[in-house]
Amino acid sequence: MSKSKNPTVENAIEVIDLKKTFNGEDYVLNGLDLVVPKGKITVIIGFSGTGKSVLLRHILGLIKPTSGQIKIMGEDITSLSDDEAIKQRMKFGVLFQYAALFDDMSVLGNVLFPLREHRKDLNMSQMKEIAYAKLKLAGLDEKHYSKLPSEISGGMRKRCGLARALALDPDVLVYDEPTTGLDPILTEMVDNLIVNTHNYKQGSSTLVVSHDLYAAFRIGDYVAMLDSGKVLLHGPPKVFFETDIPLVKKFVDKGVHKS
Amino acid sequence: MAVLQYREKVNQFLDDIGKGVSDLVIDFIFQLGLLFRFSAMGMRLFFKRPYRWEDLIQHMEFVGNKSVFIIVLTGVFTGMAVSFQIYLGFKLINATTLVGPTVALGITRELGPVLSGLIVAARAGGAMAANLGSMRVSEQIDAIEVMGVDPIRYLVSPRIMAATIMMPFLTGIFDFVAIVGSYFLCVKVLDIDDAIFWEKTNLWVNPNHINEGLIKAAVFGFIFASICCYRGFYTKGGAKDVGDATNRGVVLSMVLIIIVDFFLMNLIDIYYKIAEYV
Repeated sequence: MSKSKNPTVENAIEVIDLKKTFNGEDYVLNGLDLVVPKGKITVIIGFSGTGKSVLLRHILGLIKPTSGQIKIMGEDITSLSDDEAIKQRMKFGVLFQYAALFDDMSVLGNVLFPLREHRKDLNMSQMKEIAYAKLKLAGLDEKHYSKLPSEISGGMRKRCGLARALALDPDVLVYDEPTTGLDPILTEMVDNLIVNTHNYKQGSSTLVVSHDLYAAFRIGDYVAMLDSGKVLLHGPPKVFFETDIPLVKKFVDKGVHKS
Repeated sequence: MAVLQYREKVNQFLDDIGKGVSDLVIDFIFQLGLLFRFSAMGMRLFFKRPYRWEDLIQHMEFVGNKSVFIIVLTGVFTGMAVSFQIYLGFKLINATTLVGPTVALGITRELGPVLSGLIVAARAGGAMAANLGSMRVSEQIDAIEVMGVDPIRYLVSPRIMAATIMMPFLTGIFDFVAIVGSYFLCVKVLDIDDAIFWEKTNLWVNPNHINEGLIKAAVFGFIFASICCYRGFYTKGGAKDVGDATNRGVVLSMVLIIIVDFFLMNLIDIYYKIAEYV
């Protein structure tokens, strides 16, 4: 099952032999292969420092690889010009680890931002209508819409970040460590939110980068474990319980017991 | 044998110094190149459609309007302080009637743009670096980028443009209030004749002197906004690094304003001479 590539499934993201070094010597990503199937939830897990965040930044086109290919909906993004790369990124909706909301904008302003930038065909009331719908979908109460991010709780910030990520109806939703620093109740709420929003738009794909093994098995259709800049194991959650790879067994044992 | 060893150590020491200095110079030139590329890109992207007028006006308000009070306050006191010092000197040669025009010339050509540049660099430039730095470390700039918006065009271009546009206005205000401050001190306190103050000032100061100061101010605005945005935009790490970026941005801006002032003064002088000749 290691480094699996299923040709029968249409892939939202395909990473082929990806290598990245920042200093010319040490490779953070060392020939990584990964597929994120269309319409499924894929969770990337791994110990700290295994290259999860670097991989995510490559997929989002925020950094260029040293070598290798990254295909988003079949299009290789490593050879795109800056302008083309900016357009390509609109296929993604991203919920950052700490939501990355704009401090100087209200909750509503944050969700309106991508609409104001890219939906020039809409007038303000139409944009607001969409923003309200997304905020409701993310489960945020209307009384918070005019508040600044500093005036709402961590969970609400996540919801607002999610509503902003959903604003342009992206093909791929990406979550970067969505449950880091949250209590178990909020963690479960965010996990449910991920599944609900995934089911909301048919055919959309979801990629979650997490270290929360329990959540990975609960919400993921596929799970990929990274180690030393490579995919150690990739497949449905059950293969993680059947494998003999010592590192995976250790990770699963510790993770599941902890959960 | 001991002498040879001593020589070797001295040579090694000199080599190390040479290498250190050359590394420093190369790094400085490299950084300068990156800064130049960054600010050129910031300016270029501003003129790309659709124009971001709303952002520009918002930043012009921040750089301009919100600096007016501090500019007026420092302008009045600078005008009075400089006038008093010049008065003390000119009194010795019985030329107190020239205090007004001397102050006006010094303010419009030199002190106005330089002091306004330093004050606004500290206030608005520092805020720019801190703002962009905190946006970088809290992933807000990444968020802008993944939403398909060019962060340089959205965050940097309007700031550089706003500072370049607003600095001449602020300098104009500084010049005006400094001369008014000088007038009050000279005429009301030091008993210099009112008519002579204005007559001599009018005679000595011509529009070219004022233009010189305003051109310098625009350049200083461009310099501090570019440097502070650059430092903030490429901040790495956490809160401490945001503070470092702000500090470095403001200090480098101030130093460059003073250095560039000298060269700009000569360049503008040469330009006026050529224009006069032609």
